[in-house]
Formats: sequence, C-alpha cells, structure tokens
Amino acid sequence: MMRRVIWPVLLVAIVLAYPLVFSSPFEQRLGALVLLYAIMASSWNIVGGYAGQVSVGHVVFFGCGAYAAMGAYAHFGLPPVVGIPGGIVLAVAIAAIVGVPTLRLSGHYFSMATIAVAELIRLVVTNIDYLGAAVGLSGPTVPRNIFDLSFISALPYYYLFLAVLVLTLLITWWMANSRMGFYLRAIRDSERAARSLGAPASRIKLYAFMLSAGLTSVAGALYALMFGFVDPDSGLGLLISVKILIIAALGGAGLLFGPLVGAVILVPLEEISNSLLGGKGAGLTFVVYGAIIVLIARFQPGGILTLINRELTRRAKPQDKEKTLAAGASHAP
Amino acid sequence: MSSILVQVIVGGLLLGAVYALFSSGLTLVWGMMNIVNFAHGDFVMLGMYAAFVVFTLFGVGPLGGVPFAALLLAVLGVVVYFTLIRDIMKGPMLAQVLGTFGLALLLRYSVFWWFGADFLSLPQNIVGGTFAFLGLRIEAARLLAGVVALVVTLGLHLLLTRTTLGSKMLAVAEDATAAQLMGIRPDTMQAIAWAIAAGATGLAGALIATFFYIVPTVGETLGIVAFVTVSLGGFGSVPGALVAGLLIGVIESLSAYLIGAVYKDVVVYALFLSFLWFRPQGLMGKI
Repeated sequence: MMRRVIWPVLLVAIVLAYPLVFSSPFEQRLGALVLLYAIMASSWNIVGGYAGQVSVGHVVFFGCGAYAAMGAYAHFGLPPVVGIPGGIVLAVAIAAIVGVPTLRLSGHYFSMATIAVAELIRLVVTNIDYLGAAVGLSGPTVPRNIFDLSFISALPYYYLFLAVLVLTLLITWWMANSRMGFYLRAIRDSERAARSLGAPASRIKLYAFMLSAGLTSVAGALYALMFGFVDPDSGLGLLISVKILIIAALGGAGLLFGPLVGAVILVPLEEISNSLLGGKGAGLTFVVYGAIIVLIARFQPGGILTLINRELTRRAKPQDKEKTLAAGASHAP
Repeated sequence: MSSILVQVIVGGLLLGAVYALFSSGLTLVWGMMNIVNFAHGDFVMLGMYAAFVVFTLFGVGPLGGVPFAALLLAVLGVVVYFTLIRDIMKGPMLAQVLGTFGLALLLRYSVFWWFGADFLSLPQNIVGGTFAFLGLRIEAARLLAGVVALVVTLGLHLLLTRTTLGSKMLAVAEDATAAQLMGIRPDTMQAIAWAIAAGATGLAGALIATFFYIVPTVGETLGIVAFVTVSLGGFGSVPGALVAGLLIGVIESLSAYLIGAVYKDVVVYALFLSFLWFRPQGLMGKI
C-alpha cells in the first residue's frame, strides 16, 4: 500500500525539482525540450495510438500553432501567445478537411494523405511572402513585457511546458475513459465489429484527429515561443512528424504515459549525440533513429512501456495482476 | 499546338515512363501483401547512387550501372523481406508504417552520412547528346530511360498475366492460405515479388541518374510520386500504374512549363489529394 503512494509522489517531486537541481542552461533546456516533445507525442497519441490512425503529417498542426504565434507578433505586434487560439482553429479546420475523406478509407491512405498534405503545405508556405517564405517569421528579439513570454533562461519554459503537458495528459485520460475512448478502442481492434454494433466509427475517428490536431498546434506555438522564430524547415519539415511518431511508438502508442517515456529516452539521446558529434552527427543521428524504429517495429511494436508493464505483471502479486494486465494489454502485440 | 508544347509533352511522357516503372514495384507489393513500402522512393535513390558508384569506380555508363543497380536492389528487396517485412506484415498498422518508414530513414541518412549532402551527377553526355527528331530536340539519356522503362513495365505486366509464376503470385495475393493448399509457397512468392519490386526501383533509379541530380533526399520526392501514381492507377494494377505514371509525367512537365518549376510538385500533391477526395479507388482500380 505504502509503495503505491510513494512512487508517484517521488516521481512528481523529481519532475518539479529537476531544473532546480540540474541548473546548467544545457540541462534546463534539455528538460524543457523533453516536455515539449512529450506534449507533441501525447497529442499524436490520441489519433495515432488510441484511434490507431497513423498520421505522418502532424507537423502541419505544429506549424499552424508556430506560424500563428509568430504571425500575431510579426503582423499585428501582439504578444505571440495571442496567436494560439487562431492556430488551434486553423489546425482543427485542416484536420477536418483532410480527415473527412481519408478516415473513411483503410489506414494506409490516411498515412499517405497526411504526408502529402504536410509536404504540400510546406511547399506552398515556402513561396508565400506574407508567411516569410523560406526565411520564416521571427518573434520579439527583446521582450517588451512579461506577456511576450520571451525569456533567456529555459526555466520558465520548463514549468510552462510542464503545465501544458499535464493538461494534455488529463484531456487524454478523460477522453480514454469516456464513451469516446471505448469507441476508439473498439474501432482500433476491429472497425467492422465496432460499426456493426453501432459505433459511429468515422465520426469518432474524426473527432480524435481534430482534438489531436488542436493540441499539437499548442505545442507548435510553445516551440515558437521558446525559439523565437519559425521557418518552413523547423515548423513544417517532415522530420518533425517523424520524430513525433517515433517518440510515441518507442514509449508505447495507445498508453497514457507512453509518449512521455519515449521523450525521456529519445530527446536526451539526440541532444547529446548532436552536441558530441556536431554538424556531421546530424546524419548519424537519423541513421540511429531509423535503426531504432525498425527494431521497435520488428520486435516490440507495443513500445517500451508495454515491455515494462509485462515485466511488472510477471513479478506482481496475484491480486495486483489484473490491474497491471489491464494497463498492459491495451496495446499488447 | 506550338512545337514547344509538344516538346514539353514528349519530355513528360519519357519521364512518366520511368515513374511508371518504379511505381509498378510499389503497386505490386501493395496489391499482393497489402503493405505500403514507405522506403520505396529511397530504393530508387539507392539505384541512382549504385549507378554513380559503378561509374566512378569503373568508368562504365548505364550499360553497366543499370543491370548492377537492378541486381543490387533485387537482393536488398529479398533481404528486407526476410528480415523485416515478413514479420511486420502480421503486426498492427503502426508497426507496418514504422518499419518501412524507419527503413527509409536508415537508408537515406546512411547515404547522407557516407556521400554527404552534395548534389552529384553523372557526366552530361554519358548516353549521347541531344538530337533533333521531327523538329523536336530530344535528349538521348531521357529517350533511353523512357523507352527502357516502358519496355520493362510492359514486360512486368506480361510476367504477371501470362506466366505460371505470375499466376502463382496472383494466387497468393488473392488468398495466401488457399494458395498454400494448392502447393504454392506464399513465402517464396512474396520474396520474389519483393525482388521484382525492388529490382524495378533499382533499374529506374539507374536510368534517372543519367539525367537527374543525385542527392540523398531525392527519394522523398520520388516516393511521393510513386504513391500518387499508385493511388491514381489503382492498387495492384500495373497497367494502371503505367497510365498514371505517364499522366503524372505530362502534368508535371506542363505545370513546370506553364506556372513555374517551383509549383510542379504542388500540382502533383494537390492532384493526389483531390483524387483521395473524389475517386479513392484510382483511375482503373477497384476497392
């Protein structure tokens, strides 16, 4: 009984104290990035994990948020935060336009359509002067007041991202335990069976996609806030979609804390390898990424958290077994 | 019609034949095993680099590079089938997308790491220069690529429809278990399909390399072209891929000529998305 209380309390304490204990700029920035990618991957998880629709174009929604935030400053002189609602609306609208036709079809179409939309939008934005074309848009170089949310230290971003991550996970948890969550699990296991029992499959998948898109756009705005600029590569590049996908899958798609676990493992790995190997390392980092993804897909498609859950189940006392099993079985291969 | 327009259309048809060739590899694998190979464009990229390596090491042009690339990629296809595809085929959708996507990254950035991000190219007149034909100026390299691609694509179609091997492969595509009961090994047939599909990309890549720049990320664009072609032509249909490939080649060339080279990919992607909206089964396919 005591152990059940101690572990979560200890984890919360570690998360809250991390940037104060590890207070070098590199460590604080790393912590903030882990949380940011955890937000992105958790948002993706709603449609990719729970609904089982593998979106490979999530960077579009990320870009909506980032461009909306920077656009609010660059064109209207407003604090970038003010752009967030606009980014959400845009992302949800794009999700609806893409989702309505493709979510009716089998899964591969959806994956391909999302790639095509992402590349299409990247190419178009690269040629629109209003959006800064290839150069992109910048935020305030010097913060005018506190509302610009422009800080030199990564510490404020760490807690801001933490708050958004908690909110994202709460929304995910609420969704997973609502009627919608049950529908989604039924659809993922067998869409035909779910439909024949009266689940409105297309509509529910679309809702999941739209919810996921809106949350991802918030993550994009946060990214732009922290880095102070966005360009077609950093805001709409295919590799960001890939990274979101890998983080969620590595940790465990369809599990509440899967994306967080993935981000805790993968983001430090990349940051450290980049700082050790420098520019030449960029290629090598993605070679390693590719190898990791292939290995996950081949040997452990449920992700690391599924593996851990199974291990815990094996060790758990008989009366605990049912609970851990339920957590692990939701995406067991 | 002005002669420039005819010139653009002929150029588009020749390029489209090469698109058709590597797309028929994708459509074959997709139609037979219901798996999408996200690394398909990167297979083409490997074919291009194979032709480049053959040229720099031995000074041999496409005559040596094309068969070498086809053979190399066919072997790679079989290896990928047995080490990866066979297992992820049975897994969830996520594993399929991840597996081939990871493979794409692995191939793309291994090449990037080894050769660097510089644009490479084969010498301009490796096949022969440009000649005039019926008032059109035609590059020999593009003509060779287009004609070879057309012949091989038609050959592939005949292989699938007119030979015992083709019938066996179609039987496995229809129902692997039933085929197994008839004494056909699904495993062998699917491995052969991967060899053919990857071999076709190698062939196409080596052909494109004679007139196109060579860069690690070229596979990304070519992969999307293959997706567009396959979804336009219908899944599993080689004749569909041929028609769609030619069509996309022409549309690309025309839009590059009429509205600017920057927008040619935009037009192709937009076309793809509108097809997903209005006719997801493709021009000639059925769902």
